[in-house]
Amino acid sequence: MRKLLIWLPLALFLVFLGVFASGLISPESKTIPSKLVGKPMPGFALAPGVPGKPGLTSAELTNGRPHLVNVFASWCVPCIAEAPQLRQLAEAGVPVYGIAIRDRPEDLARFLERNGDPFRAIGGDPNSSVQIALGSSGVPETFIVDGKGIIRRQHIGAINPEDVPGIMSALGDAR
Amino acid sequence: MIAEAGLAALWLAAALAALQLAMGWMGVSSQRTDLLAAVRPIAIIQAGLTGIAFLVLIYLFVTVDLSVALVAANDASTKPLLYKFAGTWGNHEGSMLMWVTILAVAGGAVAIFERRLDERTLIATLAAQAAIGLGFYAFLLFASNPFARLDPAPAEGQGLNPLLQDPGLAFHPPTLYLGYVGLSVAFSFAVGALVTRDVGTAFARAMRPWVLGAWILLTIGITAGSYWAYYELGWGGWWFWDPVENASLMPWLAATALLHSVTVLATREGLRAWTVMLAVVAFSMSMVGTFLVRSGILTSVHAFAVDPERGTFILALLAIYIGGALALFGLRVGTVREGSRFDAVSREGSLVINNLLLSAILGIVLVGTLYPLIAESITGEKLSVGPPYFNSAAGPLALILVMVMAAGPIMRWRRDDLKATLTRLAIPLLLSALVLLLVILLAPGIRILPLLGLVAAAGVGLASLAPLWGRNLRRTPLYIWGMVIAHLGIAVSMAGMASESAFTKETLVAARIGEPHRVGPYSVRLDDVQPVAGPNYTAIEGTVTAQRGDGKPFTLHPQTRNFPSPQTETNEAAITTVPDGQLYVVVGRADEQGRWQLRLWWKPFVTLIWAGGGLVALGGFLSLIGRVRREMRHAPPREFL
Repeated sequence: MRKLLIWLPLALFLVFLGVFASGLISPESKTIPSKLVGKPMPGFALAPGVPGKPGLTSAELTNGRPHLVNVFASWCVPCIAEAPQLRQLAEAGVPVYGIAIRDRPEDLARFLERNGDPFRAIGGDPNSSVQIALGSSGVPETFIVDGKGIIRRQHIGAINPEDVPGIMSALGDAR
Repeated sequence: MIAEAGLAALWLAAALAALQLAMGWMGVSSQRTDLLAAVRPIAIIQAGLTGIAFLVLIYLFVTVDLSVALVAANDASTKPLLYKFAGTWGNHEGSMLMWVTILAVAGGAVAIFERRLDERTLIATLAAQAAIGLGFYAFLLFASNPFARLDPAPAEGQGLNPLLQDPGLAFHPPTLYLGYVGLSVAFSFAVGALVTRDVGTAFARAMRPWVLGAWILLTIGITAGSYWAYYELGWGGWWFWDPVENASLMPWLAATALLHSVTVLATREGLRAWTVMLAVVAFSMSMVGTFLVRSGILTSVHAFAVDPERGTFILALLAIYIGGALALFGLRVGTVREGSRFDAVSREGSLVINNLLLSAILGIVLVGTLYPLIAESITGEKLSVGPPYFNSAAGPLALILVMVMAAGPIMRWRRDDLKATLTRLAIPLLLSALVLLLVILLAPGIRILPLLGLVAAAGVGLASLAPLWGRNLRRTPLYIWGMVIAHLGIAVSMAGMASESAFTKETLVAARIGEPHRVGPYSVRLDDVQPVAGPNYTAIEGTVTAQRGDGKPFTLHPQTRNFPSPQTETNEAAITTVPDGQLYVVVGRADEQGRWQLRLWWKPFVTLIWAGGGLVALGGFLSLIGRVRREMRHAPPREFL
């Protein structure tokens, strides 16, 4: 028993080391094609995530124009870093829709007031069901969807300033 | 030529580290005393050479020598002098050079000052320290040479990340690094003691000042880092559970546990294997933290210098040092006797509980930090873990921990009586009950965790003074004062956290010029917004008038700064500190109707969070002075060289 305990730290450390190594080997790419890229948005209807703003249904996303669907949360720190870029995109006329994951309306309202509100509509996804249906598993994550509701691209992680031109051109292609 | 001289000094130092390791190894295994005698001067010269390399780099930064690639990428002639200086370590290569410099200087200091340890154990320790240094020298020389030239030299440098252009932050990384490296010395002592099978009180006493010093610096680093994030990011929060923050919190938790178990070993000869284990874990956490921040495998808002290739290098170092130390631990610890026995209800017992709780919190933070990585390697999916997890998992344990902290110092060594302990705690318990009643009456809607926090803070604060009761205060040893003040600091911090989380008021408005808004007890009016120019940025500056009740109005100047190179925007919150809290004002962008985004917070007693951190560090400092003075009186000076 004591023998086992003595070697346990080394065993745990080796497991961590394996995880680290695999994390390093797998290439860190900001645009990983998900299984859903090229397929239509799954159907959903989400209640408003924040009072005074419409909720989000998948039907709205087939309105003939390319747009962004941003999966985010008020408790997510990278989402704060991403906020200026989303505002910039919205100011450039891009329709941005939000899906708020595991959030409370009051936290969300505070987040929007603090970081700006680029969203046309925000659906609240309290138990991540739509997030899972989308094949998204983290926040923030952004989908570029064309006018017919087909997902054209998935952007994992925060949208950094240098990502904005690529997203604009992908939106142009989705027209 | 100067840059080449720095590089040459670095190569020489690396060669000496190799020599130090080889001679130490041979000396310890063959018992040749001539080899042993040579190791200490080598350690000292190695420290001097590394110091020269670091001074050279500082010189290159201060004179803005743009023919050096690192300077061109991180410095600019328009920068204020302080940031040219701090720019030396505000980047990957420079911070690694700083790390290895501190490491070598610490090794030199051990060689000069250490006199309690048996000669063989000391030499094994110095060899271990050289082995760590060698890995970092290799990292610098082969993967991130700070002295590499750039040809042709550019006309102007690219500047320093504006987030780092802050006097507090200029000295934040050095503080943390000193802490990390202090833990490397503890690690080397543990390896040395395992090699010579000499895990005893001498080892614990030799290690203790290093652990204490490292812990003080980590405490200061974390406290300062938290305050920096609070006023610089403009988000109004003070802790975000960001991977970079966790990277400094995890070594602190391990060092706190180690600090307490090393005291048990030094005074009571108990917890031998556990102390050695914690020394290994504490330094491992420093390395893991460095790895996480540097490798880019976790995303964070303020991780810098991310590069998978360098990550691989640090991972290899991690594998060799931590894996090697844990293997040595497995092989040798069986031959270490566990030491003196004690009852469950005793000072030792409470320290064991403290250690277990700290380890559990450390585990929670580690799992939360690494979970996204583990999940990704198993399922291929990316996840992130938010503050809800950390707060709800670590919060309750932290609460229990501070309660144990209140009881521990008033218990007797070896064995005590539970009833007697509770009797000694009667007055603090009474105060807690009183606070509980008062808070429920005055703030009925308060959430449970802040409520318990306030109650515990009151009781623990009073109980932490208990070791002074009935003592002659002028004859009380300094290290007892240190413990009392550090524990009091924890209670003060906790009161601040609970108060901030329970009673903060915020108002976020689109403000027209001249329109009054309320936040907490203040009335706030935006009078004007004007562009202003700084030394290397432009900004919009708000003029805000605030008034508390019928008090005297005062003016605040929050800014949003825009730095051209690299293009970045930062918020300079205007903060007014009064005895019972802080008014925190941030001005943001204008909307189409000419209204300005104005964010106001009233944060009652928020300053206690950092004041408590300062007290904890002060307590550690007094304790360090007390311990060192005592050791000096008891240990005879050793012949040097």
